[in-house]
Amino acid sequence: MARIGVFVCWCGSNIAGTVDVKKVAEEVSKLPYVVYSTDYKYMCSDPGQNMIKEAIKEHRLTGVVVSACSPRMHEVTFRRTVQEEGVNPYMMEMANIREHCSWVHDDMEEATEKAIELVRMAVAKAVELEPMEKIEVPVTKRALVIGGGIAGIQAALDIADGGVEVILVEKSPSIGGKMSQLDETFPTLDCSQCILTPKMVDAAQHPNIKIYSYAELEELDGFIGNFQARIRQKARSVDMELCNGCGDCWNKCPQKKIPSEFEAGMSDRAAIYVPFPQAIPNTPVIDRENCIYFQSGKCGVCAKICPTGAISYDQSDEFITEEVGAVVVATGYDLFNTDVIGEYGYGEIPDVISGLQFERLSSASGPTEGKIVRPSDGKKPEEVAFICCVGSRDDKYGRPYCSRICCMYTAKHAILLHHKSHGSQAYVFYIDVRAGGKGYEEFLRRATEEEGAIYMRGRVSRLYRDNGKVVVKGADTLSGAQIELHCDMVVLANGITASPGAEELARKLSISYDEYGFYSEAHPKLRPVETNTAGIYLAGCCQAPKDIPDSVSQASAAASKVLALFSGDFLTREPNIAEVNPFTCTGCFTCREVCPYDAIDEEEVTVHIDGKKVTRTIARVNLGKCQGCGICCAVCRSNAINLKGTKDLQIFRQIKAFTGSEKEKSDEPVGSKK
Amino acid sequence: MKWEIKTEDIHTSFRDEVEELSGESFGACYQCGKCSAGCPIAFAMDHGPTKIMRFCQLGMEDEVINSDTPWLCASCQACTTRCPREIDIAEVMDALRIIAKRRGIKPRTDPDIALFAEIFLSNLRWFGRIYELGLVGEFNLLSGRFFKDFGKAPAMFLKRKLALLPSNPFKWGKVREIFKKCEKMKEGEGRE
Repeated sequence: MARIGVFVCWCGSNIAGTVDVKKVAEEVSKLPYVVYSTDYKYMCSDPGQNMIKEAIKEHRLTGVVVSACSPRMHEVTFRRTVQEEGVNPYMMEMANIREHCSWVHDDMEEATEKAIELVRMAVAKAVELEPMEKIEVPVTKRALVIGGGIAGIQAALDIADGGVEVILVEKSPSIGGKMSQLDETFPTLDCSQCILTPKMVDAAQHPNIKIYSYAELEELDGFIGNFQARIRQKARSVDMELCNGCGDCWNKCPQKKIPSEFEAGMSDRAAIYVPFPQAIPNTPVIDRENCIYFQSGKCGVCAKICPTGAISYDQSDEFITEEVGAVVVATGYDLFNTDVIGEYGYGEIPDVISGLQFERLSSASGPTEGKIVRPSDGKKPEEVAFICCVGSRDDKYGRPYCSRICCMYTAKHAILLHHKSHGSQAYVFYIDVRAGGKGYEEFLRRATEEEGAIYMRGRVSRLYRDNGKVVVKGADTLSGAQIELHCDMVVLANGITASPGAEELARKLSISYDEYGFYSEAHPKLRPVETNTAGIYLAGCCQAPKDIPDSVSQASAAASKVLALFSGDFLTREPNIAEVNPFTCTGCFTCREVCPYDAIDEEEVTVHIDGKKVTRTIARVNLGKCQGCGICCAVCRSNAINLKGTKDLQIFRQIKAFTGSEKEKSDEPVGSKK
Repeated sequence: MKWEIKTEDIHTSFRDEVEELSGESFGACYQCGKCSAGCPIAFAMDHGPTKIMRFCQLGMEDEVINSDTPWLCASCQACTTRCPREIDIAEVMDALRIIAKRRGIKPRTDPDIALFAEIFLSNLRWFGRIYELGLVGEFNLLSGRFFKDFGKAPAMFLKRKLALLPSNPFKWGKVREIFKKCEKMKEGEGRE
């Protein structure tokens, strides 16, 4: 016979302020099967837990009801407590009298009455609880990293260094991401490519890393520890084995008027191209939309000229399936499209350029070899204005958030301008300068104190062209003055937006995202690299705007989560999942139709019915996939599938306890759907 | 200009009054200055719109009420259109003019600005659309500057910028109804 102990928590004044806990403990002690009940200030504290342990010993309790906060808070705590005293952890039931009662009510009398009802229901369920054991699922010790920017590369390297195989999938023809396009990086003015390319080479040469470039994730199936990733290898039209990267094809390609993505449109590329000289892999791709051969059927110069015969026009997309145990999403960001801000005239005024275009202008490997000139006439700009918060902190364009990098990269631009274009004057229009990182404030002061940048506190209202100059209509709110500058060039500090296609990928991965398309972490403070989907982790700007140091840190954090996941051969999971009764299952498989996790398998069973052997096909629950949502239980017409931990009988006992129909001592659930 | 702000200055009802009248919230303003940067009248103002917004945030009633900025505002709405926090600054200026009028404060640069605003509204109320000739005539008459801008009239007539008669008299009443309804709503009756 069940022997239940009830423990009522005060939670300081959180519960005791509204609920008469003493009365609750006294009332529930009269319930059948309850052999002990008490109350205490903080049940979750050490003395509180010891009270439970003592009571289990003294009163030989078989089940425990803790009437306290939400099970989301302390279910694990109290399960461990009873387990330590030799009681099965799943014989502990919580009655939530805080969130569901004391926090939402004012009237002490009524709240106390409700608390008693809640505990009475929990006791009724506790009587019917059954011991359960945790489930062990095998783990595939391979990881998938989506995105080959600095975050993806760092995560892949860290996981690979931990001895685990990594599949790195990159959408564009080369890994490297946005960081490969930058000139120097704040606050140390390290050359971005000089610190990035060694990491790219490391990743390419690492025995544990397999890179799929120019590839995208098509589909992700499975569950934590056991994912199947279907990857689309887009047709490069170039054989990676044969190509030796000599460059004849892109030099001879007649179609050379395509704005280069890598150069942010500051120069052109051919239809067959590698994005930049240090690209990994150094195999070109044919941009079929702009290739003369693919558009008109004529040309074929690259195939004729290729010394190794690597050009393959009839290549088509291939699909590869990889088995992995964990996924790191590091898909990065995109720059805010400044075209939409009409008053800044980006795209119409040639000397208004984006932050990334300035990076390319300033980069020694860029189209001007590091010479800063203005796009309209190639002359050295004397007066240059930099405008911060373009597409950041701007409700009007749906971007109320701070992009976190623009203040610092603008300070860097001002410094670079001073270094590379002697005698030029930088004006920085800002609202607030956010220089919160290590060495950032010092870097900012260097821009104003040593490099002569003039900072003006005000947002620019309008840019227009006048006599070959760009007129900047701004303000300085500190002096209250309206400002009109005639500049040679204006650089817009574009903010960060979610990468295009971020939402589509989120749906493939079943992870959630916020209203701006950034992926949601499981907890904003305490679980910053995990998603709500077990086994999928986040790194870099796909989660929120961040700079390089933060992206790298988050990538390493995600890698450590993956390695921790892979540290054992099995994963343990909570046993609250669906269970099929083989005697009543008719094998109709309606459950399989509705299951969102694809967790219903088929099983052949032999049963004895009326002395005859009958072999039937029935449903079986996949222990790894089932998430315990319970939809199958709702649709099962023979009531053969049940959710462990919240079985029909347990629920109906609770309902009975609440509706007061305890008099009916029948074991049959009242109002059963049968 | 006040150089010292004390707790009691901040806890005045002025900010609430302007917020209620304009329907805008001063908490949204982060003082970026874009309104002042683009204001075509800012050169003539004693304080730019950004400063006015700041004064309102701090409840600095005297500075706001005695500033000519709201009176000089041309309601071109460049500020409203470009405000990154989507504050209707032109509406705030309107509210400030109403408050100044309630307090009987006249613009310092030219007291006739207030007169013009009044004539403009009554003209609109009467004719449904602005009847320029009537507007100018009434303004010149009441301000005592009888021949102000007189020389410009012939050229404007020729370019059809000035009509001799007001617009369709059969539709005059429509705008009057709108005015009446608004007044009724303000009194708190018949709000829909």
